[in-house]
Amino acid sequence: MAAEATAVKDIKNASEEPRPASWRRSESTMAWFFSAPAIVFLTIFLVVPFLMAIGLSFTDQRLIPNPNLPTQFIGFRNFVRLLDDEAFLRGLLNNFYFVVVVVPLQTSLALFLAILVNQELKGVNAYRTIYFTPVVTTMVVVAIIWTFLYNPGQGLINAFIQTISFGRLGPYNWLQDTKLVFPAIMLLSIWQGAGFQMVIYLAGLQDIPDELYEAADVDGANVIQQFLHVTLPQLRNTTIFVVLSTTILAFKLFTQVEVMTRGGPQNASMTTIVHLVHQGWKNLKVGYASAISIVFFLIVLGVSLLQRYFLREEREVE
Amino acid sequence: MYALMTLLAFFFLFPLVFMLVSSIKNNEMQVTGDMSSLYAFVPRGDLGFQNYTDVFQQLEFGRLMFNSVLVVGMTVVLGLLFNSLIAYALARLRFKGRNWLLSIVIALIIIPFESVAVPLLLLVNNLPWFGGMNTWLDTYHVQIIPFMADAFSIFLFYQFFIGIPVDLEEAALVDGASRFRIFWNVVLPLSRPVFATVAILQFLTHWGDFLWPLMVTRGPQVRPLTIGMQSFFGQDPRLWGDLMAFASMITLPVLVVFLLFQKWFVQSVATSGIKG
Repeated sequence: MAAEATAVKDIKNASEEPRPASWRRSESTMAWFFSAPAIVFLTIFLVVPFLMAIGLSFTDQRLIPNPNLPTQFIGFRNFVRLLDDEAFLRGLLNNFYFVVVVVPLQTSLALFLAILVNQELKGVNAYRTIYFTPVVTTMVVVAIIWTFLYNPGQGLINAFIQTISFGRLGPYNWLQDTKLVFPAIMLLSIWQGAGFQMVIYLAGLQDIPDELYEAADVDGANVIQQFLHVTLPQLRNTTIFVVLSTTILAFKLFTQVEVMTRGGPQNASMTTIVHLVHQGWKNLKVGYASAISIVFFLIVLGVSLLQRYFLREEREVE
Repeated sequence: MYALMTLLAFFFLFPLVFMLVSSIKNNEMQVTGDMSSLYAFVPRGDLGFQNYTDVFQQLEFGRLMFNSVLVVGMTVVLGLLFNSLIAYALARLRFKGRNWLLSIVIALIIIPFESVAVPLLLLVNNLPWFGGMNTWLDTYHVQIIPFMADAFSIFLFYQFFIGIPVDLEEAALVDGASRFRIFWNVVLPLSRPVFATVAILQFLTHWGDFLWPLMVTRGPQVRPLTIGMQSFFGQDPRLWGDLMAFASMITLPVLVVFLLFQKWFVQSVATSGIKG
């Protein structure tokens, strides 16, 4: 195979040279033929619904239209109503709450785990596998196991807290308590997601050249100094990616909440997407749900642009 | 160091051990009685697979499993084909509008599924299908077709294809092979890693899919495991032994596949970090 590759080296750049018109035409036909399925499906199932969301957000469209009440254009009324919608505002606030708590905790835990399993120790791979296992556990299953663990009164987590506090704390009614329900959901989300980011950090750690640590050693830097002045700066891009993609995931929060609490009690665990699905699917209010979709999309777009901006800046510096 | 790592290992494993141990306790009283102490992790009392048999008898677990495997399998396999084909065209073929198409595909990565879910529901509710059906609700294809093409998968394929040396393909082209033959016989064998990566990422995403099947499946005929599990969870009285058996049966096959192809899983996740 190597010999073959050498033999054709002189026509390596053939694709850059002018070709006969007929050849180009057939190449172009082939290209569109190859691309057609993906283009068709992306258009019908992504681009069209996206444009529909924009259009429908200005209407009172319902999932099953009432023939006597035709869908009407209602301008910005859906968006104005959102400002007074307690469940929506609570959901949005909860998403920000989730970002503020989970993103720093999960990111630092993931980095910590990555550093632990990046050591040259015997059996370290087994630990890496264990930390990653929750990632391959389906979220619905995770939510149900944790509901069992959070069992009021007799549950394992209550028993644990009572034991370590010598009976002074608890038992708590985790999922029915408006103050505790959302932190309870945060904990299982961190449990499920940390392994994913650990692996991304691990890849980042392994990309750091050993020479940097050797140089730091020569300069007499201790472990903490090496972490602060070599590891962290070298992981800048990885961290930006992990932080912002976790932020986006935080705004998509849905499955565990829907399974465990459906946003309750009293909207205490409401999220933007839970509200979106309840409005659009359960209450059949497609127009209103589309307005929520647009707000949600703008937030995700903002975070994505932030990510591209930060990473681009870094590339220019290099 | 090992003490710390082991402590963390307990944190990440205890819910799963709890699930497995509870699932083989035949007596429901034993399950709930043990859950407030370390006995939760000790297989004791009357052990066996009674809960598993219950799950098979009470609901069509086999059917749900079949549905999940069919839907996810079709989505992943057809997705691999369509996404790699367009990516190959973008990476190798010269045609008018190529850069334009590439920019659009990359821009589409940003649109989250959640933001199109409700309009898509309205759309598929009114789409025709063969045999005179005028809705896609409660079918297999409504769970497959919308998810075959995926902008991020295309991007991963594209990145890989532009990194393959062009020599072999040019040689085959000079020999008169068609573009599709080249793709199939030359590019595919070289691209196993990226196919594995995309397959694993898509599998992990769609195996856990919940929002979309919740909206588009009503009966037990075509619904996947996740929705079956949630509806079983919603029944009164909650039988935790049965629930844990159900949960174990969803988790174990994936866990086994993960343990067998661990290296690939970890590599795939690491690759997803190049996004953006």
